[in-house]
Amino acid sequence: MSAAAALGEDLATYNFAYLDEQTKRMIRRAILKAIAIPGYQVPFASREMPMPYGWGTGGVQVTASIIGPQDVLKVIDQGADDTTNAVSIRAFFQKVASVAVTTKTREATIIQTRHRIPEEKLQAGQVLVYQVPIPEPLRFLEPRETETRKMHALEEYGLMHVKLYEDIARHGHIATTYAYPVLVAGRYVMDPSPTPKFDNPKMDMSDALQLFGAGREKRIYAIPPHTRVVSLDFEDHPFEIQTFDEPCALCGAEGVYLDEVILDDRGGRMFVCSDTDHCEDRRAAGHRGRLSPDEAYAGHGQVQEDTGR
Amino acid sequence: MYVAVKGGEAAIANAHKMLADRRRGDRSLPSITVEQIVEQLALAVDRVMAEASLYAPDLAALAVKQARGDMIEAIFLLRAYRTTLPRFGASQPVETGEMIAERRVSATYKDLPGGQVLGPTFDYTHRLLDPALAGDEAVETAPARDSEGEPLTRVADILAQEDLIERAFTGDSAEMPREPSGDLTREPMEFPMARDLRLQALARGDEGFLLALGYSTQRGYGRTHPFAGEIRIGEVEVEMDVPELGFAVSLGRIRVTECQMVNQFAGSAKLPPQFTRGYGLVFGQSERKAMAMALVDRSLRAGELGEDRVAPAQDEEFVISHADNVQATGFVEHLKLPHYVDFQAELDLVRRMRAEFEVRQSRDHDTQEAAE
Repeated sequence: MSAAAALGEDLATYNFAYLDEQTKRMIRRAILKAIAIPGYQVPFASREMPMPYGWGTGGVQVTASIIGPQDVLKVIDQGADDTTNAVSIRAFFQKVASVAVTTKTREATIIQTRHRIPEEKLQAGQVLVYQVPIPEPLRFLEPRETETRKMHALEEYGLMHVKLYEDIARHGHIATTYAYPVLVAGRYVMDPSPTPKFDNPKMDMSDALQLFGAGREKRIYAIPPHTRVVSLDFEDHPFEIQTFDEPCALCGAEGVYLDEVILDDRGGRMFVCSDTDHCEDRRAAGHRGRLSPDEAYAGHGQVQEDTGR
Repeated sequence: MYVAVKGGEAAIANAHKMLADRRRGDRSLPSITVEQIVEQLALAVDRVMAEASLYAPDLAALAVKQARGDMIEAIFLLRAYRTTLPRFGASQPVETGEMIAERRVSATYKDLPGGQVLGPTFDYTHRLLDPALAGDEAVETAPARDSEGEPLTRVADILAQEDLIERAFTGDSAEMPREPSGDLTREPMEFPMARDLRLQALARGDEGFLLALGYSTQRGYGRTHPFAGEIRIGEVEVEMDVPELGFAVSLGRIRVTECQMVNQFAGSAKLPPQFTRGYGLVFGQSERKAMAMALVDRSLRAGELGEDRVAPAQDEEFVISHADNVQATGFVEHLKLPHYVDFQAELDLVRRMRAEFEVRQSRDHDTQEAAE
């Protein structure tokens, strides 16, 4: 046998869901600790994953450690199931864990996400796994881990309030629009990952378990179900979420987060639901927006605006 | 017409087909073999093994081939494989004093027992492109050294006999190493780090990053007055204790590069004046990496030795947090992933603030006109 063929055979075996069982046990311990101390960042010995750091290795490790053969997995990026990285992560779990996958929020038992929380209210028994790039909410105020851990231990969050106050003094607004800091269970200030602040209220008293994995920074944290999650603000400058002037151009939804899609180079644009499953669901139920196609939505890849425009 | 950004699955599959096609290149040329890479691009293989923390020349060569020669990509491939391997124990510390050295040089002594052994080095070559290498000319076998196979005295041990250099972690040293030493690929990393973990982080750290940091210490950013006490390259035995047997068994030999830097230290009221050490140890043949590592190791000991920490190379959190090229490349390159949800949030805020700005401007303008 050639050396190359021998190599191939040695390499062929990977455990269920890629990680070895000792690693999963280690990560599950970290997850349990995180659930026990809501909002606290638990250090864990993050592994090298077969996708790059910064591309969801934390979320993938959390998912790999909690997933079982009976689970149904949904993966979204920017709210969409069909963005390339979501496709890639979903394919990874199909390959290494051969689990059922779905794009339907309500059918999933585990939802791994980057940058969004689904519009549909999550249910008890569901787990939302966030991919986190920088878990430390104080990082851009204090670059040193040794310092920020001390600040959390002492509940010393004055710096964060000063930052928010300075935003108001300078811009008239709190200039943080995503990764907006929250206070979890009245104790730890937490970074909700770079979700738009629009999604912050969905974290509060959620029926679902929320797990956060930061692979490169080696931290896991959690919000157990039914936990108070409050966005930081001031009495005279209460926290507000983004609002959009127009409804979704495809399904007519209001009060959802929208993506701006550029239609031409003359300033033409449309706003569509960022949560693709929510949008498809609504269209299947007969809702129509300004630019929805005349024919009933078929659910396949291409969406065309009506020709009359 | 608006076409939604769909079809990611097919696009990815096609992109990967194209990647495989480009990797293979011109089909009329023979495919490069793993064996050829191991033999003829040995230093590339060494770097991949060193920064992937896995001594496996065949696998490293396969990674180089699969990565089309992109070193960090190859390191990444090998690490992602290494991480899935079970750990069944730790070897005993390798005894580099017993090394069968192919190369051993010291900058601190003109001559020393065993002599200066240049070995297979680029040093003193003239960097002139060699047209003969473009073909397949026969290369004569290198002459063997008479004394080949004999262990060489370590330079640091010579200084230690006179107590002129601080003790390494042996004997009655207050700071005994942990047994077995820590492993940052298996345990959460915490700052400040123990030196074993710090050395591990440096050993798998990016060669270019450590080179630049080591260089910065030479240019005054945290100067350590280094001398290359000794650099040696060669094979060492890896042994492991087997509890059932009661003695260590050999697992085989690996090639490593070791660098012992000898650095100045004035001493204090408690400590006599003594040289201090910076240490570098790397898989394979990589002097540049071992030397840079030794410089940075010494710089990072600033706190322990009571020196002011003023330069980047002395800052443990800064150095260790950014030395890992697989982490760094992942996070830098993740910026090409879609961020439109967050960008939308920023866009919204900037538009709002602009609108407010324009209202303010026109109001100020109106008041000014009214005043005039």
